[in-house]
Amino acid sequence: MSRALIELSGIVKRYRMGDTEFEALRGVDLQIQRNEYVALVGPSGSGKSTLMNLLGCLDTPTTGRYTLNNRDIGTLRDDELAAIRNQEIGFVFQSFHLLPRMTVLGNVAQPLVYRGIPLKERERQAAESLRRVGLGDKLQHRPNQLSGGQRQRVAVARALVGNPSLLLADEPTGNLDSRTSEEIMALFDALHQDGQTVVLVTHEPDIAAHCQRTVRVNDGRIVFDSAAQATVSEVAA
Amino acid sequence: MIIVMIESLRAAMANILANRLRSFLTTLGILIGTAAVVAVVALMQGFAQSISAQFADLGGGSLKVEALNTRENRLSGDYRYLKDSDLDLLRYRVEGVGHVAPIMAAPLGTASHRAETATPFVLGITAEYQMIERRFTRLGRFLVPADNDTRRRVVVIGDKVREDLKLPDNPVGSYIQLGREWFKVVGVMESRGEVFGFNQDNYALIPFETARALTGNKAKVDFEINFTISQLDEVEAVKARVTRALRINHNLKFDEEDDFEIQSPDQIAKTFEKITSMGTLVLGGIVGISLLVGGIGIMTVMLVSVTERTREIGILKALGATRRDILVQFLIEAGLLSLIGGLIGIAIGYGLGHGVAALIPNFPPASVPLWASLGAAAFCAVVGVVFGIMPASKAANLDPIEALRYE
Repeated sequence: MSRALIELSGIVKRYRMGDTEFEALRGVDLQIQRNEYVALVGPSGSGKSTLMNLLGCLDTPTTGRYTLNNRDIGTLRDDELAAIRNQEIGFVFQSFHLLPRMTVLGNVAQPLVYRGIPLKERERQAAESLRRVGLGDKLQHRPNQLSGGQRQRVAVARALVGNPSLLLADEPTGNLDSRTSEEIMALFDALHQDGQTVVLVTHEPDIAAHCQRTVRVNDGRIVFDSAAQATVSEVAA
Repeated sequence: MIIVMIESLRAAMANILANRLRSFLTTLGILIGTAAVVAVVALMQGFAQSISAQFADLGGGSLKVEALNTRENRLSGDYRYLKDSDLDLLRYRVEGVGHVAPIMAAPLGTASHRAETATPFVLGITAEYQMIERRFTRLGRFLVPADNDTRRRVVVIGDKVREDLKLPDNPVGSYIQLGREWFKVVGVMESRGEVFGFNQDNYALIPFETARALTGNKAKVDFEINFTISQLDEVEAVKARVTRALRINHNLKFDEEDDFEIQSPDQIAKTFEKITSMGTLVLGGIVGISLLVGGIGIMTVMLVSVTERTREIGILKALGATRRDILVQFLIEAGLLSLIGGLIGIAIGYGLGHGVAALIPNFPPASVPLWASLGAAAFCAVVGVVFGIMPASKAANLDPIEALRYE
């Protein structure tokens, strides 16, 4: 169990678009330890979204090896990937992606449906998760009755409800004003303090500054890793 | 899996309620189809039941003997008739036979009274007729044996004839013409109303011997014999005895077929039941096609709905929904949609069936057997699920990344 939470080695991802083949990732090696707080940065088209999709088990690499929590993701079938997403990963999206017809409580409880947890227990866990993000009083609201910041908190609560080993946030502050962004980042900081592993994709430097480690992706490769840099500078010193 | 199904059911319900108008329009095809099926089955079954009831009402033991003419001997002109002696044979020589009455159609032509004309069925009968058919007079008297013996020109008419000829409310004592012959009206029969638009009161009864005399100098008269059975449980035994007696009387050799036929009312009822149930099936089948069309309607809307909810599906997949979870959710939604349409359709069909039955005078009340309603409901759910398969599998096979990006 001494291994890293995430181990990527030699990850290549190719897409086929009609007759042309497009290489989104061209050999990525990356390790992320438990309780790390990582910012994945890079310009659009750099491959960071593809990398995030792979990390989130929404997609599998063309070649290369991805181990999450000691499980080899590359060999899994579609339904097994779904189970991994359900148990190991909590997603937070830029545009919140809440289910509009459900209450806040229902939204947060939804991932637990796929674990076969009965209604009462689901609602108990969901309410607890919502209290954790400071929305314990909004359980029966609908998403459209909430502000952007509150919606993103609901999304975080939903991501956390299943105790995932990885919290994966894709531009979580992209649709928020700067004050709300700070609130959400403070929430991520706190979760990290509590021991949660957090990986977030962003292109804003001041958001990335919250993280301990910055990984820069460009043209399908990792071009900068502050963790590696630190090691290099430590050696130099 | 059960949790997912319960949750899907809840979600499907919420979805259907959230888009009430659309859900209603989607399931309208199913609704109309089911309503039509149920209404048709209701009417046909009601009709069939009342027919059997009418036959049962006929006294149960009333049987009919008629000459059996095959197509061949019809074509060759070699008609077979019952013999006059058959009548007395049944009356006096066969044990277990109750009332015996000959019936013949009297081809006298139209009935007329002053300037009015009518076209009743004119039957030549005897007094026993009313005991066998259980039809009685409303006014005046029925024919009596003396009418027959002395070939009186008297007639008992149905209500329709009285109306058509514009006779007074109590026409007893009036004279009418049947063809060119004058008859005195001695009675009016109880009204029997209409069945399927056919008036049951358009007939006139005259004494059998009078009818025979007026048929002209034809050597033989085509008549049938109706008779009752004194002991109901002896039907088969009496039939066998009558057959034996008639065969001897007709001088049939042992290897010759019967030249007559004995029909019992339950036989006729059974034939009728067969016809009506065939009719039910055929009509039901035709209307069932509309259910198919309804299913296609559901499929179309579900396909649109899947496209519309692409992002939602992407979210659910990101949260850990498997292909099967998504498939189940959409199948349940399609099935539920169709089931709701079906249930409303059944209710409307009942209403329609009973309404139509009530509107047509004397039409028997509609009745839908439970199996038909349950079957229709189950069939609707199956239609929904079957036509939901395509949209549901489309939803299930969406790529989560693409689906999440979908605007």
